[in-house]
Amino acid sequence: MSTTGKVTIDDINAGFGDLHKPYNKSQALLEASRCTYCFDAPCIKACPTGIDIPTFIHQIRTQNVKGAAKTILSENIMGGTCARACPTEVLCERACVRHHDQGKPVEIGLLQRYAVDHLLDSSEEHPFVRATETGKNIAVVGAGPAGLSCAHRAALLGHKVTVFEAKPKPGGLNEYGLAAYKMVDDFAQKEVDFLLGIGGIEIIYEQYLGQNLSLDTLRSKYDAVFLGIGLGLCNQLGLESENLSGVYDAIDFIEQLRQTNDKSTLSVGQNVVVIGGGNTAIDAAIQAKRLGAKNVTLAYRRGEENMTATDWEIDLARKNGVDVRLWLSPIELSGDAHVSTITFEQTTIEAGRLKGTGEHEKIETDMVLKAVGQKLNASVLSDIVIERGKIKINDKYQTSIPSVYAGGDCIDTGEDLTVQSVEDGKRAAHAMGHTLFGIDFKEV
Amino acid sequence: MSKLACNIAGIDSINPFWLASAPPTDKYINVVRAFEAGWGGVVWKTLGIDPPVINMSSRYGVHHDRSRNVIGINNIELITDRPLETNLREIEQIRKEWPDRVIIGSMMAPLDEKTWKELAIKIANSGVHGIELNLGCPHGMCERGMGSAIGQVPELVEQTTRWVKEVVDIPVFTKLTPNITDILVAAEAAKRGGADAVSLINTVNSIATVDLDLMAPTPTVDGKGTHGGYCGAAVKPIALHMVGEIARNPDTHNLQISAIGGIETWRDAAEFIALGASGVQVCTAAMLYGFRIVDDMIAGLENFLDEKGYASLAAFQGKAIPNVVNWNELNINFDTKAFINKDSCIECGRCHIACEDTSHQAITMQENASGGRDFVVVDDECVGCNLCKHVCPVPECIEMRPVDNGLPVLTWPEHPKNPLRVDIVSTENTLAETGENHE
Ligand SMILES: Cc1cc2nc3c(=O)[nH]c(=O)nc-3n(C[C@H](O)[C@H](O)[C@H](O)COP(=O)(O)O)c2cc1C
Ligand code: SF4
Ligand code: SF4
Ligand code: SF4
Repeated sequence: MSTTGKVTIDDINAGFGDLHKPYNKSQALLEASRCTYCFDAPCIKACPTGIDIPTFIHQIRTQNVKGAAKTILSENIMGGTCARACPTEVLCERACVRHHDQGKPVEIGLLQRYAVDHLLDSSEEHPFVRATETGKNIAVVGAGPAGLSCAHRAALLGHKVTVFEAKPKPGGLNEYGLAAYKMVDDFAQKEVDFLLGIGGIEIIYEQYLGQNLSLDTLRSKYDAVFLGIGLGLCNQLGLESENLSGVYDAIDFIEQLRQTNDKSTLSVGQNVVVIGGGNTAIDAAIQAKRLGAKNVTLAYRRGEENMTATDWEIDLARKNGVDVRLWLSPIELSGDAHVSTITFEQTTIEAGRLKGTGEHEKIETDMVLKAVGQKLNASVLSDIVIERGKIKINDKYQTSIPSVYAGGDCIDTGEDLTVQSVEDGKRAAHAMGHTLFGIDFKEV
Repeated sequence: MSKLACNIAGIDSINPFWLASAPPTDKYINVVRAFEAGWGGVVWKTLGIDPPVINMSSRYGVHHDRSRNVIGINNIELITDRPLETNLREIEQIRKEWPDRVIIGSMMAPLDEKTWKELAIKIANSGVHGIELNLGCPHGMCERGMGSAIGQVPELVEQTTRWVKEVVDIPVFTKLTPNITDILVAAEAAKRGGADAVSLINTVNSIATVDLDLMAPTPTVDGKGTHGGYCGAAVKPIALHMVGEIARNPDTHNLQISAIGGIETWRDAAEFIALGASGVQVCTAAMLYGFRIVDDMIAGLENFLDEKGYASLAAFQGKAIPNVVNWNELNINFDTKAFINKDSCIECGRCHIACEDTSHQAITMQENASGGRDFVVVDDECVGCNLCKHVCPVPECIEMRPVDNGLPVLTWPEHPKNPLRVDIVSTENTLAETGENHE
């Protein structure tokens, strides 16, 4: 930030630069040398997509970087995004054996990024070749991580895929939802272009399920359908005056930020309050701060241990000057037309239940960002069985309609994790063999 | 006087660390810098008769490990490419300026008695402490009938050593090539010729790498390459073996040894001294890190003497020689087994897969209650090969523990299963000795 206290355009752009600097060759080789090339490595098991981590790191060491990228992408076609966005500290890196003797894991995420970026930057042909055309047609709804992963795998297996996307661009949350400093240089679009390089995939935009697109039509026209529709609706606080101006869904705020060409044109409040305890809340808070907000308060209604954001993310927020406040539940928004105050009630746990203490606290604010979760818009799914607010699937990723599959955040096991969505899409594509050819789902 | 002061073939040196004949000892400025850094002596870059040789551009190849550490380098350089007189005058000057440091003159010449003798006399007259005969250079010079072309023919080793001994009264070091089948043949020849000491090893013939774009060996000279001399850490085991053989061979054991080959640290030096070397010479390590590495060589070796309670280098020189024996003299009843220290194990599985795939299936891998993995040695299957200990990434995590099996020392020549066994004793006795009727 500039010393005058005034935020300049350069300051803003600098604030949205790469969160982690990518490795150069020397750093990659040094870090790769820390990997002990474990047998039956625990990190593989901790990766939802099961990337063969010791093999790809070994390939970096032998300077077969393209081979390393292929090893990664063969299990996870969005290995580039995952390398940037995965909470590696609770996934692969948590399982790394180097914790035990060196106190810190091999930086698997950065090595993965090094390898995948190398391949994507070296404008070679797509590394995978499609199987012979099967003559089967697959519809994928949603061009997010789950949908695109399914589309890629289905195309690889020889099927023809049509992807229907509601937004004018592909990528889903990779494009619209991840924090800007995680996805610099338009990486999400670059990755989609790469992924489509396999051929056999067509994307049609601005196709809204329940509006200009119907599941029944898709079922009749395609051999199988995959739903990777994510969670379309944002949870609300359920307060009066929630429609005051200055009160937004954090997701929309991040989307606006990701889509604008000039971040200095975005308006951000002086005193921003973010409500929620997940990574979306953290991403929104940090970005609000970096856009120039004077005070950013993140309020969560339980303790830090209950936050779904990882420790690392919470720490990042604090380092960025975000005031993380715990045990505060919003009870009132007030202001004339524009929000000016938010009132919280302090909370506590009593007999295992969250309870208000009756103590109130007011925070002056001119922008409130709500990040209290999202939910499935089930109304567009006609007769598909929904359980606990999400699409119910069996162990073959089949919904209650046998030719309709689903994966990603919209299914009952969905956990708001890009890498899990990629795995769902991949496995669903394999599982479709069941519908398409009457063959059993084989583990992949 | 420093504890490291020593005497090598009659020459006093402030420490055992000399620079080997090579680019680091090529000229006045290098040698002065080396002495300023603390090296005890230098063997000057090999001198020859004029006109001086001409070197190629592109001279060194490299063998990196995957972390870009240099395991070894190879080179296609020849001997000094400066006139003999220039070199001799510089030697004279440094001898005056650095009276407590050793300078050995290295030489080679075409195979002609008069040439050898005249060159040896000229070098001796410059005031050097001794002369080293380069009979080892395995590239370039050998194509002209010098270097390893002489070192590979025992008669010529003896002959050239004798020629020089006949005309100088300073110690003569015959430098041996490892590019032969049995180092003892060359060492014995040097001894017959009257050598005071042998220096070994010279470089190992090699191709460092093949450039897969140029499809040519490295170093590549205008699209072509040639074999060069390999040296550095990787050749140390070869050198240790050859030094050990000479030191324990009755016919050569009283030859002084100036050990060379892959010495990078005080520990490397101590190992050669334990195998009988009086002093050591270093080339590659200095080329890779500069002369300053001698600091730790000196400090480390002094520290080692203190820790072990040795008053001088002589106190442990050759101490390992009695323990270098032929395979036939090893105790076949000795039994050692791997033991995994659970506390330092990081559960990487390397020991398991190494033993499982390529050794004796003696390390089991099992999930444990806390979600981790247990690696356990099955004593009955472990043959004590040490492989797991070597591959384990954690130092001292796997120990080899000798087993007290109560069996007597038994060698293969005495073993009942040896068809050539000489002293046949009763079957009952021999079974007891091998432990085979214990089960
Ligand atoms: C434990 C071990 C045992 C070996 N035994 C033999 C052998 O019985 N016969 C043989 O021709 N070479 C043997 N070799 C040598 C190898 O075949 C090979 O020539 C040598 O190791 C060099 O290749 P490397 O650098 O890939 O190891 C052995 C090597 C090792 C490491
Ligand atoms: S656990 Fe760590 S050291 Fe082992 S293979 Fe995975 S990254 Fe490498
Ligand atoms: S010493 Fe050899 S045989 Fe014994 S456990 Fe280790 S690798 Fe296996
Ligand atoms: S190699 Fe060493 S650290 Fe790895 S599992 Fe075996 S004993 Fe443990």
